[in-house]
Amino acid sequence: MLIPVLIGMSIITFFIVHAIPGSPAKAILGERATPEAVERLEKSMGLNDPLYIQYFRYLGNILQGDLGTSVKTGRPVLEEIGPYLAATFELALFAMLIAIFFGVNLGIISAWRHNSTVDYGSMVIALIGVSMPVFWLGLMEQWIFAQELDWLPSNGRMDPRMFFEPITHFYFLDALIQGNFYALQDAFNHILLPAVALGTIPMAIIARMTRSSMLEVMRSDYIRTARAKGVGETLIIYKHALKNAFIPIVTVFGLQMGLLLGGAILTETIFSWPGVGRYLYDAIHSRDYAVVQSGILVVATIFVVINLIVDLLYAYIDPRIQYGKE
Amino acid sequence: MKIHKSLWIAIGFVLVLSTVLAGCGGGGSNAGGQGKTLIYGRGADSPKLDPALVTDGESFRVTENVMETLVDYEKDSMDVRPALATKWETSDGGKTWTFHLRKDVKFHDGTDFNAEAVVFNFERWMNQEHKSGKKDDFTYYASMFGGFKGDEGHLIESVKAVDDYTVEFKLKEPQGPFLQNLAMSPFAIASPKAVKEDPGKFAQHPVGTGPFKFKSWKKGDSITIVKNEDYWQKGLPKLDQVIFKSIPDNSARLTALQSGDIDVMDGLNPDDAKTVEQNDKLQLFKRPPNNVGYLAFNMEEKPFDDKKVRQAINHAVNKEGLIKSFYADLAEPAKNPMPPSMWGYNDEIEPYEYNLEKAKKLLKEAGYEDGFEVEFYAMPEPRPYMPDGKKIAEYIQADLKKIGIKAKIVSPEWQSYLEATEEGKHDMALLGWTGDNGDPDNFLYVLLDKDNARIPAQNIAFYKSDKLHDILIKAQRETDKAKRTELYKEAQEIIREDAPWVPLVHATPPLAAQSYVKNYVPHPKGSDSLAEVDIQK
Repeated sequence: MLIPVLIGMSIITFFIVHAIPGSPAKAILGERATPEAVERLEKSMGLNDPLYIQYFRYLGNILQGDLGTSVKTGRPVLEEIGPYLAATFELALFAMLIAIFFGVNLGIISAWRHNSTVDYGSMVIALIGVSMPVFWLGLMEQWIFAQELDWLPSNGRMDPRMFFEPITHFYFLDALIQGNFYALQDAFNHILLPAVALGTIPMAIIARMTRSSMLEVMRSDYIRTARAKGVGETLIIYKHALKNAFIPIVTVFGLQMGLLLGGAILTETIFSWPGVGRYLYDAIHSRDYAVVQSGILVVATIFVVINLIVDLLYAYIDPRIQYGKE
Repeated sequence: MKIHKSLWIAIGFVLVLSTVLAGCGGGGSNAGGQGKTLIYGRGADSPKLDPALVTDGESFRVTENVMETLVDYEKDSMDVRPALATKWETSDGGKTWTFHLRKDVKFHDGTDFNAEAVVFNFERWMNQEHKSGKKDDFTYYASMFGGFKGDEGHLIESVKAVDDYTVEFKLKEPQGPFLQNLAMSPFAIASPKAVKEDPGKFAQHPVGTGPFKFKSWKKGDSITIVKNEDYWQKGLPKLDQVIFKSIPDNSARLTALQSGDIDVMDGLNPDDAKTVEQNDKLQLFKRPPNNVGYLAFNMEEKPFDDKKVRQAINHAVNKEGLIKSFYADLAEPAKNPMPPSMWGYNDEIEPYEYNLEKAKKLLKEAGYEDGFEVEFYAMPEPRPYMPDGKKIAEYIQADLKKIGIKAKIVSPEWQSYLEATEEGKHDMALLGWTGDNGDPDNFLYVLLDKDNARIPAQNIAFYKSDKLHDILIKAQRETDKAKRTELYKEAQEIIREDAPWVPLVHATPPLAAQSYVKNYVPHPKGSDSLAEVDIQK
């Protein structure tokens, strides 16, 4: 399943990228380029060959593990994309943790106190969460928590004055490896605002999903049985009900995680987070073909892998689901 | 069951961790700081740090402080002053230039700066075979010096080291703007040792003679340069460290400035200039204009082949109103194609006044009293000289309607826009230009000479005046500044009469800084030397 999806992706991105009007050579060389320079660069980039030849050349390179070279910076994409991916992954993961923690609990509370004020309150919060534009929320957060209250930094992954040499480019991990607790704390302060901004929509979606799925489960016979046996309410919810309500939640998690990886551009822009969304956005802007094609392919691969993991998780959560057996 | 438990343990762990960390206290922003650090917030990261390879301001902003040129611009204008060369003379009717170099200068890697180093750099740029990596293209070199060695128009015949500290340039013909060109950031002298060792790495780790040394680069995030303790100008730089931080969003950058995360910011929204002025912890700078925003007529299309029509529209544009509405008063109305701060500017030119009656009269004389329809290209992306092309176009459109001209606004995506206009697909188009070398030639010849009206054209008015061409070429060959000044003044008169454009504005892009930042002088060329900048809290 993985291979055909990826080949399809590579074809689609390749042709869409090449369908964008505007010569990449010109975009790279800028407004000052002489026509001769543009022509020279187009030739050296192989842009004059037929499209299908360019595509097969590209595919061939990928199969050899060569994702191409960014014409803008002159560095290999494979080498360049790592730190950006790590930044986005760290942010998305953190946002997801926030989304799951608050989303699941909000959903449980409203399902448990169905049709009560708490329920309505939670669902209003969820509704606001889904409807709030990320850029607006981000700017408000910056205004309140960075500018007015001065509690948290407004941008970046870490104080630039901090002496910190990233190893894996996952700053939390790096700080832990180096035993640098100042850096760890600084990284935490920096990630909080963007993670909340990014996690709000998935949080709301998860809350609503949890609620409806919990409501269904709570009405089922075995819960009534458990209640009749006198099992405590907390135990019923977190042990008996939640587990069976988890499948739709995990699905949402998988999809949302994919969205967060690719769709964090707005958050990354507002919080100056050097992530893969901005990296791709800038590349599209400057017609950096290699970066756009390979970058999208890498993100797509991760998306597919995450959803594969989610599929496997189903079997784990619900033993009735089995793969490979009819 | 297992998944359930581990998930909750994970969430619990994160919660505990966050409480512990949050408990550590909020501050900590100065951890690890060393000496006087200036954080410079800007819109984007630099693509490469080899100035010879790039054309974008974000790269020059950094390399400007790491590498130096033979001659440089004055602190606050585009006039040329000595830098790595202390003096120079010209002979042979402007075809030979001899530069005497400073003797006490070393590159950051400890090697000597001398005539050989200068020759090495020029050889590197002019020889396509001598290329330092794949796909390198010394764009600015080609555009300022007529291509590369072997090309027909290549200007520089030879560069020779006469002795250790004397360099001689032989040109094929005199070039008026030669000195002005040498002062440009792309022609900064790189350490030959560093380039030879690893040509590919140089663009990631520049080595020059400047007041600051390159230290580190977190891609997409920040670039750090530190004080060059052995800098040849004693007592400089005053800062110990400068960090260039990319904050793409203009409002977010202002927030970062207001909350003290950064010290200086470029790319302030004109609308935010008031906020900055009212905040006594901040100061506002206006960068002296080195640009022009203009409306070009396509003179190859009817009805713009008629001078009266072009003059009529010149009378129909309310520049003061534009500046008030879209530039927050951070611009000057333009009457010439070049900025007033530049030598050679003709201040005696009478601007076309905003007068719709006069415009109607001219249209009538031209036989268009019932008006006509045109396609009006409006820039889709903000530029320093044009913050909002579409709105500016709509503003002009409204006035045009009053004199019977129906303008249909089109605004394709930026790359397509540039291609459409240089191929002459427009009737009218908005565009602008930021100067490179502080020479009038860089505005008048580049944007309005008939040589540049061939597709792909930079002269998107497709204005082909032989009279103007003769003057501009004469001025290019002349090396006497006084004579050149006269020629350019005459050129501006011709342009005013022929009206290939409506020159709109010269924008003064605003910057903001903390009030404790001292000696910051925004330079017209767009990137600023930070050698003398200081922090006094």
